[in-house]
Amino acid sequence: MKTTATKELVETNTDFEVRSLDTLCINESRLEHKWYHNIKYLVVGMAFGIVLVKAEVISWFRIQEMFRLQSFHMYGVIGSAVVVGMLSIWLIKKFKLKTIYGEPIEFHPKKFNKGQVYGGLLFGFGWAITGACPGPLYAQIGTGATVIAVTLLSAIAGTWVYGRLREKLPH
Amino acid sequence: MKEILSQPWPWYVSGPLIGLTVPLLLILGNKSFGISSSLRHVCAACAPANIPFFQYNWKKEAWNLFFAAGIIAGGFITARFLANPNPVAVHPQLAAELAGYGITNYNGLVPQELFNWQSLLSVKGVVMMIGGGFLVGFGTRYAGGCTSGHAIMGLSTLQWPSLVATCCFMAGGFIMANLILPFILSL
Repeated sequence: MKTTATKELVETNTDFEVRSLDTLCINESRLEHKWYHNIKYLVVGMAFGIVLVKAEVISWFRIQEMFRLQSFHMYGVIGSAVVVGMLSIWLIKKFKLKTIYGEPIEFHPKKFNKGQVYGGLLFGFGWAITGACPGPLYAQIGTGATVIAVTLLSAIAGTWVYGRLREKLPH
Repeated sequence: MKEILSQPWPWYVSGPLIGLTVPLLLILGNKSFGISSSLRHVCAACAPANIPFFQYNWKKEAWNLFFAAGIIAGGFITARFLANPNPVAVHPQLAAELAGYGITNYNGLVPQELFNWQSLLSVKGVVMMIGGGFLVGFGTRYAGGCTSGHAIMGLSTLQWPSLVATCCFMAGGFIMANLILPFILSL
């Protein structure tokens, strides 16, 4: 009896962590959609990928310039993206906009934990070495830099090792 | 038209377009912008190995994998139809520094002397491609997001933990690029 209760607790916790510690999908839709509804995200991803490449933010050289304060370009891209993001979220909240399926748009606060510091620094190291964060890794492969698939696989391995060691790491 | 589109896009065009991804994903289906989670979904789908962190219904998050696949397609389309015919223009100081490490080819957005299949057999190549990739995957998940999830989505929604994370991304990058990378490049 007791084991079942513990097991249940662990499972609930896992689900909570999926939603809360991740940046993604904290808004669980109550609607069930067929798989092809996801094609719209493929199209948005495509547009996003084109912008990433044309802005050259997937360029190793641009990242090196950013971390040497030799160019304003990357700061301009990220800064203006944040400003537009902030404005649009303010508008969504002000006019209580809904999704195309009529669901209210929800926001969930992120909780602070030490991982944002330790993990943030480690990711910063990786960003400066590879010249890419996860989005640009995909875009670089698309532009024909096939060897970056190895870097992507290594990033997946890194994520897996984090999941494996998670309980032992300070948070 | 194609002439103009083929040039590198200035920050005040591309930055706002990237920012618009945030409301677009929210309006299309209540999705929070973020890319590093796709790496976790791949782990959950392919090698969950009884690790609690990967025990969840990844199919519910499949949209994120479609989004990632779209980025690959976007990269392909740009390289095929909208590629910049000129070499990447970099700051002269950076060009001088990189020349010291034998990096002089600016034809690709990714330096071909560093990132190619042959160099996977060298220490430098392994450290940069495999080590660097590992740090990206481990670090983003430990931090709970990457440039998109924390710096863009998190800051847009005024979350202070995302500001902390973004500052740490930058601090890590500055330390690596200025203090450690010179040693790696001279390997």
